[in-house]
Amino acid sequence: MNGADNGIEVEGLVREFKGLRAVDGIDLTVAPGEIYGFLGPNGAGKSTTVHMLTTLLPPSAGSARVAGFDIVREGPKVRAAIGAALQEAALDPLLTGREHLRLQTGLHGFSREERKARTAELLERVGLVGAADRRVRTYSGGMKRRLDLALALVHRPRILFLDEPTTGLDPQSRSALWQEVGRLAKDEGVTIFLTTQYLEEADVLADRVGIIDRGHIVAEGTPTGLKAEIGRPSVEAVPAKPTERNRLAATLARFGEAVNGSPTAVAVRLERTDNLVDVVRALDAAGLVLEDLRLHAPSLDDVFLAKTGRHLEGAEDEDADG
Amino acid sequence: MMPLVGEVAQLGRRSVVRTLRQPANVIAPVLFPIALLAVNSGGLAAATKIPGFPTHFYAAFALAVPFMQGALFATMNAGTDLARDIQTGFLNRLALTPMRGLALIAGQLAGVAAAALVQAIIYICVGFVIGVHFQSGPVGIGVLLLLAVLIAISFGAVGALLALRTGSGEAVQGFFPLLFVFLIISSFNLPRNLIEIGWFRAVATANPVSYLIEGIRSLIIEGWNGEALALAFAVTAILAVVAFGLASLALRQRMART
Repeated sequence: MNGADNGIEVEGLVREFKGLRAVDGIDLTVAPGEIYGFLGPNGAGKSTTVHMLTTLLPPSAGSARVAGFDIVREGPKVRAAIGAALQEAALDPLLTGREHLRLQTGLHGFSREERKARTAELLERVGLVGAADRRVRTYSGGMKRRLDLALALVHRPRILFLDEPTTGLDPQSRSALWQEVGRLAKDEGVTIFLTTQYLEEADVLADRVGIIDRGHIVAEGTPTGLKAEIGRPSVEAVPAKPTERNRLAATLARFGEAVNGSPTAVAVRLERTDNLVDVVRALDAAGLVLEDLRLHAPSLDDVFLAKTGRHLEGAEDEDADG
Repeated sequence: MMPLVGEVAQLGRRSVVRTLRQPANVIAPVLFPIALLAVNSGGLAAATKIPGFPTHFYAAFALAVPFMQGALFATMNAGTDLARDIQTGFLNRLALTPMRGLALIAGQLAGVAAAALVQAIIYICVGFVIGVHFQSGPVGIGVLLLLAVLIAISFGAVGALLALRTGSGEAVQGFFPLLFVFLIISSFNLPRNLIEIGWFRAVATANPVSYLIEGIRSLIIEGWNGEALALAFAVTAILAVVAFGLASLALRQRMART
């Protein structure tokens, strides 16, 4: 890999804090132009990884190259090639959006004219023209995140690190940010390393996903591939009359093996992924009246469950308890 | 890469804007010292009757103290602003730019200098209003402004050091009473040669704050006292160099970018 590359290569990266390994020997590769989703619960090591890859934190061991540059020996070159919006939307509440962008463009060495032009361009892109001269303390969470993204893009980085960019955002703001991230990768070829604890975000946005837990990468692949590894979808039905539960179980048993569902439901894992229509026809033919019928496609949470024995949601609490 | 002076200018502008947009950071350092000046001038006016007291107008003698109190506020304001940058992650944002660490501290102190200049002008105006005659004349007032700004910058560097060491605005503010003690145990209320309690005089003599006050005071009530001024500028320079150096080291540890 050389300096013109937009990829990330990580080998055996470790970071210890007082003997505790927050990141414990991870290996990963992100291809140029790819959106890589780094998924895991709070405290899994996502942010520590990002801090190392963005040169803000020296690793305890291992190596990584970002945009073709070594993160330890070539920190300034790495920083020149990357942009980062870190977990905290690190903004000054006393400054306006425009002042933030002017400061950032100034520190990146833009001339006065370039500063003005780039500031206007980025404000337009993130939809903050109307709020540009308001102090940031009056911004909503979504506006802060958009400004954060604009600041990360000031120097036209080839690789963008986004550390939990949509945490705490309302669905509309989240969707808008997803669109912008997707556009950056698709239209501008920016490589994106995105950490998230939201399954949906990784599923929708990422070309590939790495799942990290307790400092280790426990699974890596495309969202579709990872879910396919886990298995087939299951169908779960709740009879309108509890007395018909056995008849319902017998009907569904023709389509797959029984699996655990909710206490009032009967659930089976389908033998084929395309026979839901047959299931509905069979239930209808048997004259069964249902209160509820659901198809469960495997999710990234199922992947996390299969790899760690825990659900992604609540994994942090379990870690704390344990 | 932008020249260092350009980086300092960028960050200095931000620091000045921040300072001006926090009225408490501007108003408190003006009102509190002036209120204390009024109280001390009224209550301690009789001290001018002590044989050897250098002036008959106690308010003129006490006018040096607000400059020091203003500098103490500068310490707190510079420190808490920088600590807030650490706590909010803004320091990380700056660390991802090509900015030099030196520029961050120097830029932060630019805001301190601007605030100190405004405060010092106000203290001098208050002095004129209450009838103080500045013995060193207009040039002396210029030197007084310069000294006041330099003292504030050196104290601001101490604030930056505290912020970078602790990373907490609350911790920086926790040092305020400690720093205030340095003011109390100096020659702020009496000339050192008139302090009768031996240990107090010894402590005041060892306390560098005494020399800063005496340098400012000399310009107000004496005229041109070369020794007092030389000591004041020397102490300011030493404090600034030591605090700035230690703050730079602390910043290097805090901003551990590769």
